Amino acid sequence: MIRYVIRRSIGGLLVLLVTSFVTFFIFQVGPKIAHVSPALFYVGKIPPTEAGQKLIEHRFGFDLPIWKQYFNWAHGIIFGRDLGDDTGAVVHCAKPCLGYSFRQQLPVTHMIREALPVELSIAFGAALLWLVGGLTIGSISALKRGSFFDRAAMTMALAAVSLPIFFTGPILLLIFKYKLQWLPNTGYASITSDPAQWLKSMILPWFALAFIFAALYARLTRANMLETMSEDYVRTARAKGLPRRTVVIKHGLRAALTPIVTIFGLDLGQLIGNAVITESVFNLPGLGLISIRAINSQDLPVILGVTLVATFAVVVANILVDIGYAFVDPRVSYS
Amino acid sequence: MSVTAQPQVRLDKPDTGDAFLSVRDLRVHFPTADGLVKGVDGLSFDVRRGEILGIVGESGSGKSVTSQAILGLHKGSQARITGEIWLDGQELVGASEDKMRSLRGDKMAMIFQDPLSSMHPFYRVGAQISEAYLVHNKVSKAVAKKRAIEMLDRVGIPNPDKRYSDYPHQFSGGMRQRAMIAMALVCDPKLLIADEPTTALDVTVQAQILDLMKNLQKEFNSAIILITHDLGVVAETCDHVVVMYGGQCVEAGSVNDLFYEPEMPYAWGLLTSMPRMDRTRQERLQPIPGQPPSLIRVPKGCVFNPRCKFTDHVPGERCFTERPELLPTSGGSAGHAVRCHIDPDERRRLWTGDIQPTL
Repeated sequence: MIRYVIRRSIGGLLVLLVTSFVTFFIFQVGPKIAHVSPALFYVGKIPPTEAGQKLIEHRFGFDLPIWKQYFNWAHGIIFGRDLGDDTGAVVHCAKPCLGYSFRQQLPVTHMIREALPVELSIAFGAALLWLVGGLTIGSISALKRGSFFDRAAMTMALAAVSLPIFFTGPILLLIFKYKLQWLPNTGYASITSDPAQWLKSMILPWFALAFIFAALYARLTRANMLETMSEDYVRTARAKGLPRRTVVIKHGLRAALTPIVTIFGLDLGQLIGNAVITESVFNLPGLGLISIRAINSQDLPVILGVTLVATFAVVVANILVDIGYAFVDPRVSYS
Repeated sequence: MSVTAQPQVRLDKPDTGDAFLSVRDLRVHFPTADGLVKGVDGLSFDVRRGEILGIVGESGSGKSVTSQAILGLHKGSQARITGEIWLDGQELVGASEDKMRSLRGDKMAMIFQDPLSSMHPFYRVGAQISEAYLVHNKVSKAVAKKRAIEMLDRVGIPNPDKRYSDYPHQFSGGMRQRAMIAMALVCDPKLLIADEPTTALDVTVQAQILDLMKNLQKEFNSAIILITHDLGVVAETCDHVVVMYGGQCVEAGSVNDLFYEPEMPYAWGLLTSMPRMDRTRQERLQPIPGQPPSLIRVPKGCVFNPRCKFTDHVPGERCFTERPELLPTSGGSAGHAVRCHIDPDERRRLWTGDIQPTL
């Protein structure tokens, strides 16, 4: 088991390495093909003089070979780095240094550190909602297949997966923020500084996100439950004289849960660093919003940093899912 | 929810003699998009304590449907069940799900075929056995565990206290079937239904499992229903046999009746298609031609008529127009009954003259 975790972690590291290199490479190669210096992305709209451009290129290391630039960047993640020129104006970027945004005059690590709690609040809160909602609705639908509840729920689910968040989000805002005025101020506050405000800022995004995912999970749970409830071992459970509740939850739902665990882990991993639309709609300063701003302002180090963090989340989620599987299904063993 | 026709509940117990389980005119019908599937259509039989009843027949003849009807496992499904099932003076067809639940696993239990798929893959074998004990007995988990280990030991699982914590996939096929038997017997059921308990097993293990069941039957004086399509198993284990075809009982009697004086052409067909170790082989085995009947469009008249080679022994078209009754045989032993239009004397002449010598 431990060997498996180590092996998977090494594999995950390799994925991170490749992803970061590819991203890094793309952002270097792009300007090369267009025959513009990357330095131009770091300065204002007025093109600098040739000498000034050279100075900037030297200062940020764009005159170095690409592998050297990558090495410096990667080195900075582990040891931190000093960015500066020979004139003595030095910016220190502490480890883990993911680069320095000259647009924002901030280390990328700092920006991500600010945005990550927002991101995690959105992802985990919504995940909890959709998991509970989806499983409950899906199970009831399966047990009452063909009933009014089942049909209504599955029609709703179909509608929910079809409605994008930039449709449902503004509607939620319109109703609860502007019409009913229940949540007049949805500005973000961290959970430690103002828990009540944090909850107020999170509740609408949670429901908007959970709406879509709960629909998917309800359909998935329903399909899995229909399958497991017709399995022989559920018949055995009934033949033992177990109460219906035990038969359904302990024997039926338990078995239906395994594939859902897999998908849940992947969805959650993907959501971190990927809730772009939700954050834009509800104006939450999460990773998604940062990356949108960075793309608009061609802030390359930020894009690189967010990509790496998002990749990290997906890789970790994948490993956790695979490890979790051994606990969920005793037939799976990694030793 | 499905609308299940509520059967008329008879409060007066009929005269079931000394039978522990008495099934009277049981019908289990499933409405489907293609029509009404008559899984079981008018089945009656009795089982006494300490007796093993064999139910034989092809796939789809209604064996498993019958057993699940006795356990009340069709409740909550689309199935329409009529008739009566009396277990120790209690009527089961009209009983509530709660009543059935308290009987299932306690007073009556079932061993299913294919023990791998019949055990939950995510729970330990021992836990699945003690679960069955806990639900019917107010005892602590420790007591239930002790009981489960005791049961595993009794069905011949080595190192039962260690094996208690194994998962089903860590058991071999024979061990899984033993564990299933332990699960069924953990509450000392008075009625045990074994649905093809040896189908998935090799012959050595099969013999061990059958011995085990016979011993348990002697020990607890339980009534056992053994559902199988293996006539060898029937000959070896059962006291009485019900031959099912197309959801009906076509012949019933003692094991001797069935193997030495069968009177129904379907039973003859079963015997001629069975290899015999105690005779020298004379000819090729003769399978019964044709296919089992569709349970939606059951043949008119006798259910067996499309495959029967002896319809010309009945005057007129009776085999094709009139369903024969299950009637006691005239000369045979008590309890021997046959559903056939052929004249009883003619039947015995055909058996002794034409069929028996070819076996």
